[in-house]
Parts: sequence; structure tokens; C-alpha cells
Amino acid sequence: MELTCLSKGDGFHYPPCHMLNLSGFRILIDCPLDLLATTIFSPVPCDVGTEASAYPTPEEDDAQNPLQKKQKLEERQMTPDDLVCAEPWYKTVKALHLWEVSLIDIVLISNPMGLLGLPFLTQNPRFCAKIYMTEATAKIGQLMMEDLVSMHMEFRRLHGPPEDSSFPWWTKNLDGKDVPALLKNVVFGENGDDLGSWMRLYSLDDIKSCMKKVQSLKFAEEVCYNGTLIIKALSSGLDIGACNWLINGPNGSLSYVSDSIFVSHHAKSFDIDGLRGTDVMIYSGFSCLQTAEMTESDCISTISENNDGSLAASLLDNEESLEELEKLAFVCSCAAESADAGGSTLITITRVGIVLQLLELLSNSLESSSLKVPIFVISSVAEELLAYANTIPEWLCEQRQEKLISGEASFGHLKFIKDKKIHLFPAIHSPNLITSWQEPCIVFAPHWSLRLGPSVQLFQRWRGDPKSLLVLEDGGISSGLGLLPFRPISMKILQCSFLSGIRLQKLPALVSLLKPKIVLVPDVVNQRINLSSVKTKAILNYSENMTLSVARVVDNADVEIMAELATKLSWKKLRQRENFGIARLKGDLVMENGKQRLVSGLDQEESSGKARSLRHWGAVAPETLLDALMKMSIIGSIEHSRGENGAEDKSIIYITNPSGGMIETSEMGTTIITDDKTVASKIFQAIDGLLDGL
Amino acid sequence: MAIDCLVLGAGQEIGKSCVVVTINNKKIMFDCGMHMGCDDHNRYPDFSILSKSGDFDKTISCVIITHFHMDHVGALPYFTEVCGYNGPVYMSYPTKALSPLMLEDYRRIMVDRRGEEELFTSAHIATCMNKVIPLDLKQTIQVDQDLQIRAYYAGHVLGAVMVYAKVGDAAIVYTGDYNMTTDRHLGAAKIDRLQLDLLISESTYATTTRGSKYPREREFLQAVHKCVAGGGKALIPSFALGRAQELCMLLDDYWERMNIKVPIYFSSGLTIQANMYYKMLISWTSQNVKEKHVAHNPFDFKNVKDFDRSLIHAPGPCVLFATPGMLCAGFSLEVFKHWAPSPLNLVALPGYSVAGTVGHKLMSGKPTTVDLYNGTKVDVRCKIHQVAFSPHTDAKGIMDLTKFLSPKNVVLVHGEKPSMMSLKDKITSELDIPCFVPANGETVSVASTAFIKANASDMFLKSCSNPNFRFSNSSAQLRVTDQRTSDGVLVIEKSKKAKIVHQDEVSEALREEDHIVSLAYCCPVKVKGETDGVGLIKLLSKKISETVSYAEIHESETCLQVGSFKGSLCLKEECVHRRGISSCSEVKFLCCNWSVADLELGWEIINAMKQNL
Repeated sequence: MELTCLSKGDGFHYPPCHMLNLSGFRILIDCPLDLLATTIFSPVPCDVGTEASAYPTPEEDDAQNPLQKKQKLEERQMTPDDLVCAEPWYKTVKALHLWEVSLIDIVLISNPMGLLGLPFLTQNPRFCAKIYMTEATAKIGQLMMEDLVSMHMEFRRLHGPPEDSSFPWWTKNLDGKDVPALLKNVVFGENGDDLGSWMRLYSLDDIKSCMKKVQSLKFAEEVCYNGTLIIKALSSGLDIGACNWLINGPNGSLSYVSDSIFVSHHAKSFDIDGLRGTDVMIYSGFSCLQTAEMTESDCISTISENNDGSLAASLLDNEESLEELEKLAFVCSCAAESADAGGSTLITITRVGIVLQLLELLSNSLESSSLKVPIFVISSVAEELLAYANTIPEWLCEQRQEKLISGEASFGHLKFIKDKKIHLFPAIHSPNLITSWQEPCIVFAPHWSLRLGPSVQLFQRWRGDPKSLLVLEDGGISSGLGLLPFRPISMKILQCSFLSGIRLQKLPALVSLLKPKIVLVPDVVNQRINLSSVKTKAILNYSENMTLSVARVVDNADVEIMAELATKLSWKKLRQRENFGIARLKGDLVMENGKQRLVSGLDQEESSGKARSLRHWGAVAPETLLDALMKMSIIGSIEHSRGENGAEDKSIIYITNPSGGMIETSEMGTTIITDDKTVASKIFQAIDGLLDGL
Repeated sequence: MAIDCLVLGAGQEIGKSCVVVTINNKKIMFDCGMHMGCDDHNRYPDFSILSKSGDFDKTISCVIITHFHMDHVGALPYFTEVCGYNGPVYMSYPTKALSPLMLEDYRRIMVDRRGEEELFTSAHIATCMNKVIPLDLKQTIQVDQDLQIRAYYAGHVLGAVMVYAKVGDAAIVYTGDYNMTTDRHLGAAKIDRLQLDLLISESTYATTTRGSKYPREREFLQAVHKCVAGGGKALIPSFALGRAQELCMLLDDYWERMNIKVPIYFSSGLTIQANMYYKMLISWTSQNVKEKHVAHNPFDFKNVKDFDRSLIHAPGPCVLFATPGMLCAGFSLEVFKHWAPSPLNLVALPGYSVAGTVGHKLMSGKPTTVDLYNGTKVDVRCKIHQVAFSPHTDAKGIMDLTKFLSPKNVVLVHGEKPSMMSLKDKITSELDIPCFVPANGETVSVASTAFIKANASDMFLKSCSNPNFRFSNSSAQLRVTDQRTSDGVLVIEKSKKAKIVHQDEVSEALREEDHIVSLAYCCPVKVKGETDGVGLIKLLSKKISETVSYAEIHESETCLQVGSFKGSLCLKEECVHRRGISSCSEVKFLCCNWSVADLELGWEIINAMKQNL
């Protein structure tokens, strides 16, 4: 097995991407987009004009000497003018472009975010891999891609027709000296070779043809690839439909565990049992690196004493999930506060599970309070997504499944939509929006990058209002270029960091519980946490853009022999070794359901007809042979000869009747010397009877 | 290894489906139904056959319910709460959601209206349903270390599944009730091509073959339309879930198209509530319904209203869906009592009616009076229409599924004996698969697949990935076989796992030295004129290739080799391998040696060379 980490990603919206070589098949795990990189583009085309003049331009204060000026250029504050004024391009995983598309056999998509870059791959006519993902991931992922395309089209309508160029022309002004390093870093990458990863967005047709190639799965559905690999998606709890993978092949089992949430309040929770006891476990949870959690001190040192039950309990405690609920409640209370003060709330979060829970909580809390604030959801796919969320009880957590049993809707938004408390609009210019619009209000609007979609206009509208609130997802949007074009901002900003993976300190307990023979851990993770207390055969480190080879864990491959066939084999007992039974094989070796199997072949009848031993063991005593030959009326006499230096004892039997011949025999072997075919056959028969053979 | 299939219910009959299958010592109960036509103890499967002591937890590994019909789930609360089974119970999400409604509905009818003694209470139903573990389609569930189960779409009613169960290498499928064609709201049954030792199939329509159902749908709509147009009342007795929704979709659609204003009633709030479940479980309906549901959920019926008891005698036409089906008791029977005497009215009976019910009496022949259960007689002057499309597969569907799965054995349940027998003959004769039709209480035993596990050496596996062609000439026809495994040897050592090695590795595996048995002969060859050693070899090689078919000859100076046959020019005056002929100038000798593997080949070559002599 070989693992190449193509990208370690960046948080929830940019999951890691790996290439795996397993039993000779090349498997791509996830194909995400780095949407944070689109923040290098200006949200509104330049000619429309922004308040850039409000910034002091560098020229105004350059009375200093040239050296200082140069320093100034590198460190100077960036202005909205630095952003690229063009139709956005999208940054894909760079290292993926180095692989020949036609050599990929399987694509596994773990969650909707991992799907966003896939149409770039399937556009390629040479692409011929089988794509697997869960049904919910396929549905939600497709909606997210369609939404992205529709927001992009909206931008294009504003910006005018695109330049017909396959080269990212907008980069040509970016290698100048006075371009801020931060911007250059995003565009060209740290090594300056990222340029090739920028792509023009795919179209709706590309999405459609991509989704046609997808084979969608249920959780824990077993699917067999090429008769060799059995692939299973197991719930990861991260979001609706998100999964970890279990792959069983003839050379052992492998689990792929990416960012997961043990106890979820919307999606089906992490499936621990299905992942137990694999030969190899690839741990790909990078999101834990985003938070500067302290780990060394509270690292679980008592793991060895704990049994599985308490380990599982420590993973499944609801401390984490209660924290998440508190965060959601806090967002609601903040939104209610600003509404109370007459301000609106703009929520740019697009994580499906979070949006659904927030909608439910917000409308419930508004219902119970006296506030009459409308909630708007503005997205081209809102209606379909919200309707879909109430038809998938199988993909949700247990509490929400219980709701199905008692005949309630899985998520509470349905009733509020009917009561016109939640309004759904496909776009900001939808005809009915203006008639039902009322401020203050609470708006859910994509995109979280603040470069596309209705969030741009709404943010522009309210950024100067100190009573209003912007709710952002934590993920570099506020620290990087994200808010730059909207400055100065008087709006309150609430940054939420929701749980998006396994906490670092839970990793040792997880590995101890799953008991894989070999664990592959990112080197950056291993540097942060001490895994030495975990009992496994080996812990290996992998790093971005390096290929790690892992030797086979199982010594010999298993072959299953059909019982009917085994009884038909001609078994031989060995004279000298009674414990052994041997038989020459028949039938066909086939690969079925990831198992090598020996099944009855077509031509077994024929081969069983004239079975003759071709291989022998043991020794021939000349006297016994002579006796045996006598019975076949072959007469001869024995002559012993000692080999030179006493090295080898040799006996010769001279055959006199019915025709001339001789037999040389020693410990090593026996030679029949005659020109008479029938005599030779008879002698062989006699020898065969004295030796163990096969 | 064997699979035992014990039929506790629905053997050669329809009702109280319950089959207990033992695969490699794991007992699985499929369905746990009640008989709608029986009032006595026969209404439940005879669980005492399973365990005399009544300790079902030890005997049964799990119970799997295929769908929410009473004849498949009706006895479950009794089995878990009264008989005390506490093990796992599996059903699909819709079945888990809808079964309690069906059970409660039926319990109420039995107790409240027919005044029977309670066999299980509402509380029993609730605690029973709490034990149920929901299943998703195709989700592979490991019940315990050995037992694996998986559900496939069956199409019969919302949430109906076929169940695949596997223990070790033995596998079976229990179909439950299924439909091989799509209907108004459900898709057709869908299953993978599995390797099965046993298929247990329903056989409700074991001999009928149905054509397209559109004409029959039209017949139904016209019958109802004619009735209401004539001012009559149409009664459609059906169970709360399933047929009611399908027929209502049909009528609602027709009412829209024909702009009919006659009200359609549902007899109780229950069915309205059921429609709510249908909306949420839209992913279990047909592709067609799923695609439309964002714009308009097809279970939002436009013309449907709640029915009130006072409306029974209200004037004017109407259509009424009343529970329960088959006119076996309850409200539908009460309404029937009032409406049956009028020739204007219509009773449309959907689906199958179990023997012993009023529905069954109406279907068999044209009775003028019908005995109700409590002894009262009712004159039947109304029209009777049998809705002739059914969510059960027909004989062709059963044959198609059996052919597709090609199991080693078939057991038929859930049908009527005569037609089951004729289907059995058809399966045995046409598909050549052994088929059984056990009665209640009988057990069918069939052999099961087993595999012996062995470790294979890399050398063997590598040799298997290369072609190993063998040519043979039998009756003037060239036969080519690719026997890749024949170089493999299975080695079994006591108390160790079996090993498969390449034949070159056998000695090592046995910890023995090879003893090579070979043949040798110093063969005289006639030489014409002056020929040197190399020339002679060339000559011989040509000769051999002419006479010995498919021989691959390697020459090198004064040696030649064919397979294990080696011959080299013998220059010795007196070779011990020489027989008879002594050397002279016209005869040269080729000292030959070959192994027993090429016994025949060696002699053929010798003969070819001797011909020159």
C-alpha cells in the first residue's frame, strides 16, 4: 500500500486530499476546492467603484528613504485595490494535476466539500474512474455546486462576458514588486508553482455529467470494486452524509478516518464499531491543528488501564456536543439582541447541519419571544435543500430519527416556512423578495467567502450599521483578505468556530479503541501529541506531497477453497510424515468479493483421469524394489557401489528379464535405464509404489 | 453444514407469516405475523415449537420484519412482550414508523369493536417498538460476529424489504412480499445478484400472469366514476397504509383531470396522519414520485376530507376509504352493513382477502346475503368491484427473480397450496432448482455452501497470474487448456491452517528432500555420410519437430532439450546407458535423460530418433 497526501487541506471547507495505491488500484480520496483562495478577487468589479479612496494611498506618505520605502511596500497595509479585479478563478489541489487522470481507478468522496472540485476531474475525457459517495453527500454536494455556479453566473452578469482564455490572465500583473506578499502567496503558492492549480469554474452541464458518473451508497452498504476491493462508507458525524471509509481487499483491511464528530445533533453519529481492528488505519484529521489546543499535559496517560467500554464512553461523552449547542444558542441570542436593538443579522454560514440547527433554534426562540423578526434564506438551492432535509431520517442522529417515529418533521423549519416566518428566496433580486422584505431581519446568505452571492450585497448594505451583526464561520475569512474590501466596518462581527473534527486529545483513545495494526498519522499531528502510549504494531508519519509505502501486514494471502472441490481432490497420505496430507489442486482461482477463491473449473474431469505422481520423496531400498519387480516378473540383481570419497552410496539393479536394463538408485534419486518402454513403465510403477509422491 | 427452514406460519396458506431459518446454528426469525381470518389460538404462529422452555433469547439470534402488514408484524408485540423475547428486532425505517399505527389500529378494532380479550396492550406495542433497530436499504448489519444481514427494496408497500442473511459462507434471501413492477407510488423490487443457498419466496399469485395494469386501473376508476355519477356511494375498505395511498393518488389525480366535485373521505384521522409519514419517507417511493416531490408532494391530496360517522346516512354520492381492509371488522364493516343493501352503491375491494373474512365471501361468487361475524345477515344488492391490480408479484415475477438469483434451493411460502404446487413443478422443471412447499410446522433442510480457508504462497499466486497453457491432441482436435492452479499443491498439516504452495515449494513445506525419478537411455542414431555433432543435432531436431507435435526444441551445439528431455552427443566408448548395439562408424549415440513428468514425450522422441536407424 502506498499513501500520498496531496493536500492537507484547511478546515471544514477544504478537506484533505489523498492518493492511495491499494492492491494495484489507485484511489483518490476527496477532490476539494480551496474556496478561501477566492478572497484574492474583488467582490465587486473595479469599475463599479468602491470606497477605496477612503484609504491613505502609499504615495501620500513617502517622504522616507528608499530602503524604508521598500520595507513599507512589503509590510504596508493592503487596500481593496490590491485585490484582483476579475471574474474569479478557483484554486484546486495542486498536486492532483501531476497525476495522469486516466490512471485513477476509484474516487471516494467523504463529504459534500470533498466533491466541489470533482467536475474539474470528470471534465477530462480520459477520466474513467468509478466514483463512490453516500447518497446524501451526492445530493447535498450537487446542490452546493449548483449554488456555486449560480452565484458565479450572477457575478458574471455584473462583470460582463468572460475573457476567452485558458490562461489565468489576471495573474500577469501580480508578480510585480509592489504586490503584497500575502496575495502572491495565495496565487503562486509558497514555492511559486501553484499557478497551474487555478481553474475557470465548471458549468451546470459539467456538474450534471459528473453526477451521472457517481455511484451513490447508503451508510454501511458494501460495494465491490472489480471483484477485489470491498468498499464501505461509515458515518463520520461531521455533517449529513459525511463518511469514513473501510476498504477490504485480498491483502488486508484499511480504514480511512478523516475529520469526524463523535456525537452529532444533526447527522448520524460516528460509527466506531465498523472501523475496529483493521490492518491499516489512515488518520487524516487535520482540523485539530487549527486550534491551538494544549495537549501534552492532559494527554491520556492512563489509556493502558482503560477497557474498551470506558474508552468508548470517553469518546462519546456529550461534553463536546453540549458545547456545540451552547455555541448555537449564543448565536441565536446575539441575533435576538441585535434585532432587539433594531439591527439585522447576516449569517454566512453554509455548513448544512449548522444552518438547519440554527434555523430551528432561531425560529423557536423568536416564536417564544415577542420579537417579530422575519428570517430570510436567500440561496438558489434553499428550497430544495430544506425540503430534502426533512426526507432523510436515515441519515440523521437518533433524536431526529425518534421524531420520525412520532410523526414529526426531522427539522423544525417546515412549520415556520408554512407560517411565513421563514421566507425562502432563490436570489436577492427575486420578484417577491422586495415585497416581503422588512428590516431588521435575520438573513442566511451564501457565500461564506464574501466574494460571491447575496452575502456580498447584504454585507455592503449593513457594514456601516453598528447595530447589525455579521455571523462568520471561523476559517481564516476574518484574518486573511476576507473582510478587506468592506473596511471600514462598524457592524458587529461574531466569529463562530464550530467543531469540525476530532479533538487532538481524543486521538489516543480513538486509536486504542479501534486497535489497528498500523496507524498512519500526519507528521504535523504526531508532533503535537504523544502517541507512544497507544498499543499498535507501528505508528507511521506521513507528510504532504510525500509517498509513504507500507508493507503488507498479513504474511500470506488467504484463499478459500470450495468445500465440494476440496472433497474431489485426490489426497495423498505421506508414509514418512503422517501428520501431512497433500493434494494437487484443481479448479479455477477467481477473485470474488475481495476474496481469492478456488472454485470448480471446467476441465477438472480431464485432469483427474491420468493422475501420475511427478514428484517424489523418500528413498528406495534396492531389495524391496527387487521384490516388487519380481512380482511384476521382472528379474534382476543388485550391485552396491560406494561412491568415490564415500560421498554417495549408489545401488545398481541390473535387469535381465524380460529385456536388458538397469536401475541406479541413491538418496538423491533413481534413474531407470532401458530402451524398453513397457519395462520402464513397470519399473516406474514399482518405484512409485515405494516412494511418497505427488 | 446445512440450512434448516422451519415454517411456523404462511406455509401453504396466506396469513401469519413466520419462517425460522437455522444457518450454521444461528436461528433467524423472518416476520412474526398474525392470521386475520382466525379468532382462536391459531391466529399466532406456534412459537412453542422453537423452545419448550420458552427461553427464546437463547434460541433466536434475531427477528427481522419485512413490512408493516398485520400478517407480517401482527404477532410481534405478543412474541416480545408476552412470550418474552428480548433479542434484537430489525425492520426498515418506514416499517418501524408505521407498524405501531397498524398494530394500534388493529388492536383497537379487535378490543373495542369486537369486544375481544386483549392479547397485547398499547403499552406492549410501545415497549416492543422501542426494541426495534431500524435498517436502511443495503446497509450491511453485523448482528453478531457471524451473522450478517442486509435489506433490499421489495416495492410491496412503503418500506417493504427483502432480507439477505449470511452466516459464514452460507447465505439465504427471504423475500417477504414483493412486487416486480413499479406502481403509482412505489418502485419495483431491486436486488443484487447474490450467491444463495436458499431463496424463500412469497407466492400469492403463483399461477396468474398479469399484463399491463393500466386497463385495470381504468376499470377501477370507471367503476367508481359510474357509481358516483349515478348518485351512489363507493366504499373502499382498505388498511390505513399502502393501498389506500395508492388508490387515493389515482382517484385524486382522476378527480383533478375530470373535474369531479364528489367528496373523497378518509374514515379516520389515522390515514391522514399516515399521509404525513409518506411525505417524510418519500425516499422510499418510486423515482417518479421522488423527482416531483420538491414542487408538489404527491401525498398532499387535494380532494380528500375527513369522514364523520354522521355522514354514513347523508344523502348524495361520495367515495369513502374505510379501515380495516377485507371487511374483517370495525368501521368498514359497519359502513358496509348500511350501504350494501342499495343497488346504487359500490364496494371496491382492493387486494387479497383472507379466507374467513366478509371480503373473501364477496369475492368468491355473487352472494345475495352475507353473514356478519355476530350472526346478523345483510342483503347485498350493491355492485362489487374487485380491484385487480395488486402489490404482489405475479408468477412471471417470481420466476424472473428466481432465475436472476439462481439459488441452490427454493422454498415457497405465503400462497395457496394448489397453485404453489404447480409453481413448484415449474421451478423444478424449467429452472432445474429443487423447490419445496412446506406446510406449517414442517422443516426443510438443504445443504449449504462452505469454503475451506487456506494460506496461499506468493509463488503460487504469481504462477496463477500467468497463463499455463496445456495443449492436447484428443481425437484429431487440438485442445488448449489454461490450468493455472494445477501447479499448486494443497498441504494440510494436523492442527495447522491449510497451505497452498507451488509444487516447487512442496518439499520445503513438508520438510523433506526431493527424490528425483528419471529415465535415461543412450540412444543410437544413424549417421549418413560425414556429419559432425552440431549438424546431427540440427538434423534430429528437425526430425523431432516433424513427428512430435507441439514440441519446443532448444538446441545448443551438441545438445538438445525438449521440456525436461535432455540429449547430448555421447563420445564415450562404453556408456552404461547404452543397450545392445555397440558403436560403429555409422552410428552415433545421444545420451538422453528425462524426468517422469515427460515420460511419454521422452519415448516419442526416442522413437523419432530411432527411425533413422
